Amino acid sequence: MSAPVLELTELDVRYRVRGRDRRVLRGVSLRIEPGESYGLVGESGCGKSTAALAIVRYLPRNGKVAGGSVSVAGRDALALRGRDLREYHARTVSMVYQNPGAALNPSMRVGAQVVEAVTVLGVPTSEATERARAALARVQIADPDSVMQRYPHQLSGGMQQRALIAMALAKDPALLILDEPTTGLDATVEAEVLDLVSQLQAELHTSVLFISHNLGVISKMCSRVGVLYAGRLVEEGPVEMVLQDPRHPYTVGLLRCIPRGGVRKDHGRLDTIPGFLPSLGAELPGCVFATRCALADERCHVEEPPLVAVTSGHESRCWYQERARDLPREEADDLALPPVDRSSPPLVDITEVTKVFRQRGHDVHALTEVSAAIWPGETLGLVGESGSGKTTLARTLLGIVPPTSGAAALDGKALPPRYQKRSQAELRALQIVFQNPDSALNRRHSVRRILLRSLKKLAGIGGREAEQRMLALADRVRLAERTLTQKPVQLSGGLKQRVAIARAFAGDPKLVVCDEPTSALDVSVQAAILNLLVELQTEQRVSYLFISHDLGVVRYISDRIAVLYLGRLQELGPADVVFDGPHHPYTEALLSAVPTVDGGGRERIKLEGEIPSAAAPPSGCVFHTRCPRKLGAICEQSEPPLIEVEEGHLMRCHIPLEELRRLQAKDSVTA
Amino acid sequence: MARYVAKRLGLALITLVLLSVIVFAAAQLLPGDLGRSVLGREVSDEAVAEYNREHGLDRPIVVQYLDWASGAVRGDLGNSLVPPEEPVWIVLRPALVNSLKLALYAFVLVVPFGILGGVIAGLNAGRLGDRAITIFGLPLAVIPDFITGLVLILVFAIWLGWLPVTAQWDEGAGPLTQVKYLTLPALALAIVLFGYIARITRAGVIEALDADYTRTAYLKGLPEGTVIRRHVLRNALLPTIAVIATQVGYLLGGLLAIELMFNYRGIGLTVIEAATLKDYNMLAAGVLVIGFAYVLVTLVADILFALLNPRIRYEAIE
Amino acid sequence: MTSVAEPRASSEASVARRERVRLLLRSPSFLVGAGVILFWVLCAILGDRITPFDPRFDQTEDLSAPPSWEHFFGTDRLGRDVFSRVLAGSRDILLIAPAAALLATIFGTALGLITGYLRGIADDTISRLIDAVLAIPLIFFALTVVAALGSRSTYSVALVIALAFSPIIARTVRAAVLGEAQLDYVEAARLRGERASYVMFSEVLPNVMPPILVEATIRLGYAIFAVATLTFIGFGLQPPSPDWAVQITDNYPYLAEEWWTVLFPALAIASLVVAVNLVSDSVQEVLER
Repeated sequence: MSAPVLELTELDVRYRVRGRDRRVLRGVSLRIEPGESYGLVGESGCGKSTAALAIVRYLPRNGKVAGGSVSVAGRDALALRGRDLREYHARTVSMVYQNPGAALNPSMRVGAQVVEAVTVLGVPTSEATERARAALARVQIADPDSVMQRYPHQLSGGMQQRALIAMALAKDPALLILDEPTTGLDATVEAEVLDLVSQLQAELHTSVLFISHNLGVISKMCSRVGVLYAGRLVEEGPVEMVLQDPRHPYTVGLLRCIPRGGVRKDHGRLDTIPGFLPSLGAELPGCVFATRCALADERCHVEEPPLVAVTSGHESRCWYQERARDLPREEADDLALPPVDRSSPPLVDITEVTKVFRQRGHDVHALTEVSAAIWPGETLGLVGESGSGKTTLARTLLGIVPPTSGAAALDGKALPPRYQKRSQAELRALQIVFQNPDSALNRRHSVRRILLRSLKKLAGIGGREAEQRMLALADRVRLAERTLTQKPVQLSGGLKQRVAIARAFAGDPKLVVCDEPTSALDVSVQAAILNLLVELQTEQRVSYLFISHDLGVVRYISDRIAVLYLGRLQELGPADVVFDGPHHPYTEALLSAVPTVDGGGRERIKLEGEIPSAAAPPSGCVFHTRCPRKLGAICEQSEPPLIEVEEGHLMRCHIPLEELRRLQAKDSVTA
Repeated sequence: MARYVAKRLGLALITLVLLSVIVFAAAQLLPGDLGRSVLGREVSDEAVAEYNREHGLDRPIVVQYLDWASGAVRGDLGNSLVPPEEPVWIVLRPALVNSLKLALYAFVLVVPFGILGGVIAGLNAGRLGDRAITIFGLPLAVIPDFITGLVLILVFAIWLGWLPVTAQWDEGAGPLTQVKYLTLPALALAIVLFGYIARITRAGVIEALDADYTRTAYLKGLPEGTVIRRHVLRNALLPTIAVIATQVGYLLGGLLAIELMFNYRGIGLTVIEAATLKDYNMLAAGVLVIGFAYVLVTLVADILFALLNPRIRYEAIE
Repeated sequence: MTSVAEPRASSEASVARRERVRLLLRSPSFLVGAGVILFWVLCAILGDRITPFDPRFDQTEDLSAPPSWEHFFGTDRLGRDVFSRVLAGSRDILLIAPAAALLATIFGTALGLITGYLRGIADDTISRLIDAVLAIPLIFFALTVVAALGSRSTYSVALVIALAFSPIIARTVRAAVLGEAQLDYVEAARLRGERASYVMFSEVLPNVMPPILVEATIRLGYAIFAVATLTFIGFGLQPPSPDWAVQITDNYPYLAEEWWTVLFPALAIASLVVAVNLVSDSVQEVLER
């Protein structure tokens, strides 16, 4: 075996917070071989990014390496000083991280920033521009010359991330660290960036440390994976082994939380991981996961298990690794979800809603003649890339954004376009749960005050009655009574989202808009929130308009799914039909873009280019500029009508359904 | 970019119009019966009425304002209310030139040092250099300029005798002599600004040091000097320019006390005298000129800021 | 299924508040600043009772005497003891400046909330007006209004300073409110049918209190600055007030011969302004952590 490119030995990192050293990494050891791609996975706060920053020697001021060693390409990275450290950064290691918009210097042209990464290697300036252009071309930027002349804010997020990858690879590093490089990008863009990274890695034989919270991404990108929990590596091994045969209760729990394999709310509830991550730097004498583990016994709490080999190369830090897969399920009882009765009139009827924004002298068509209905007790999932109009549609329904034309009706009665004009009963009927619970709850109000006020306005009650209803409400969303006196800042993300849900349910709403309600949360918390939403739906027959970019989540919770592209409804149908196909070519591309834990499956349908501007939508079918199944001139000239291609399944495509079925079946066979 | 400049120009114009309304209201309406206010209590009602008619003060207020404002646009700010009632512009113009000399001198003194101090403090945040600059900068920024001026006069003019006590040079003095006379008042004005500019710059530098793009630059392996020059300072100083421009207001405000203290014939001293003599025309004109200067400076600074900031410069393309 | 509770201590909010107070009490700049302010406040309250001489009493001997053991800070040309006058000189400014700062904060906060939350025409109009007022340097503005009013009473000076400061505070508050109004809790409040006044005062206001508090303390420092300057140019406090700036104005013409009559009151003003700013700085640091 050749020398590893990266070797961490018993790496210990501490952060000094309020006068105390908190252990963030607890003796992490791992090796990455030349050309290998290693995934580091874990939920937020587990120390993933800290490990990366320690390797590149960029820990924040209050952080320090308290023990252990970092060796990169055979050199002790922790001992480097001055010139050597600069050389190390310039030649040996590269890092690409989340939020590419912030990672580029806003006041320098992109070209100059790439050139800088080249000249630092000693390349003369004359040659550097050429090298920079080549580096940009290598990351499949079609027109490197024009990109080089631009400033970062003139590029899309995907383009920015490509430019950063170009910079990172310009030096041909021994080790490339990618820290959540695609988090925050659209699924289709994410897929392109991931494809690009795999392809370049194969070409250049760079070793990669890939950090992500997303097991699907890790499964697609890496050959080996390490699972990090509370600063401890709890399981490590080849990706397929760890994901198919997990041997640590935490990994098992994590995998069970993810809605996958076509599981839907009426099939059963999602598993959750009980309890909370130990606080930063807590003293944990035994197994770090013991307090949340259903298998834990006394020994686990006092004695830390060593990493033991399951098979060659697969190790788990658990006393009972052979029993890990038998971890008792947290959520056992399944719910009897009443079926949706679509013979009755719909609860909400959205008719030909169009929204045109005026922006810097341009008309931006956010929504074009979108119609949809939602029946009582039904969840309509809304999917599409950013800019597709998902959120605008929800906001027109709520009356925050009045439509330019078209209208929405509730129980057959037209809703005033603006919320200011709506009656209290109409306001109460339509409520919302926002994506970011930090922003959704008033930081200065206690949970009690938030809930009591909502009860007063939405249920019209006060005094003792409100007090009692509040306790009942809190109980229904599983908030402990003592959290009622707390303020949002004292609560975890999951608890905050429960408060937000309780607030929306204060007046027994008929429909709740869920705008990415779980995307700011870790998967184990996400599962609990999804369970809660389904539970409430079962009890109250409430309807949801559920917006999410996570197709697994949408599939789990939705009865029907609407697919939007550039403000136009492209497809609408029962969840299973939309997912199983035949589907609209855009839906097909979206689905294929999502990396799944189970791996393989679909052939990646590549979408060409970027999403066109809604200020100048393409002629004909708006999707024709990127459609992999474009027929020809007809797609460019006339927009296909939205027609019911089969019972309850609407689609906007010139290709007949049977033809789509044939094409898509053929592709999945060859895959 | 053209769009931005046009928008900014339009806003400046609106500000100017409102400014003139406020100044007019404050100086001509607040005193109530202007004639009575100017002439005093002992004069007969008839004499006051006569005075008011002579000066057009019996007309409707809107007409008076329009008359005054249209005059101002043509460069005619009216006549002084105090005998010999000469046009105010004759007095104001040399005063304005004097004030501009003083303000410019102070500005040139303070900006480089303020920014330098802020950069040093920001780059060494939490360390000795930073502590020293913040600890000494704070009192300097908040002590009224006339007090700083007092101490300066006492030490450098009276005790040490290095520099003159007043700022008013003899007629026909050369530029170097003028600089000598202006040094103490300019210093007094500059010292107040120093702490403020240093503080803003320091905050900007610290923010840029923590930014992701600085990490990118550092991890490229660039020498520290390059990282700081190209990545940290370029982004940190941009917002500082905008803030410095707004501080010109403080500088101009300081002219009142400092010109009085150094007996320097500038706008400040002229305005104080006008206020004392109840020469409301002169007062209004002086304040309007100062306001105009401020609006002009911020306008130029904003456009400069836009030129340096690619986000705004390329707005039109996107 | 059991309810989900947080494992952290439930009293964390009050712990955080107590920690803030503790941090303040441990900050040397806060202690020094607060100590100096307390000293001047005591002087203002006790007044004549602690001064070695009557600050208003003229003597016939010892005119314009330099500092000595009998008169620490010397005497002025009317023979009054400068030390006693410095001790007595804090009273008026310690009334006017806080009153002006408080008024300005109340008025500015109301304006800032209205412009920042309601937006639209009200915002456009008021914001342009604020721009215009702020184009006039503060002291020029105050001088013009005081001169035009013709009254130089303590009240009108306080009112004029308050008037001059409110646009600055309004602008700060407006910026904070704009950021706050983007947050989803504001939308949630609208969607349950809350009135604008409720959203402004009960939802948004508590969240913009920290910047308002900081701004108020900063304005207090500048109010002292402004009142002193206005007095110095003759449009603020008037004799026979023993105010520091009045003393400076009275004796400034004789600076060369009787520097002690000017320098000591000047240092007193400086000490008060710096003390207030030390406090506002440490409050800001603690609140913005």
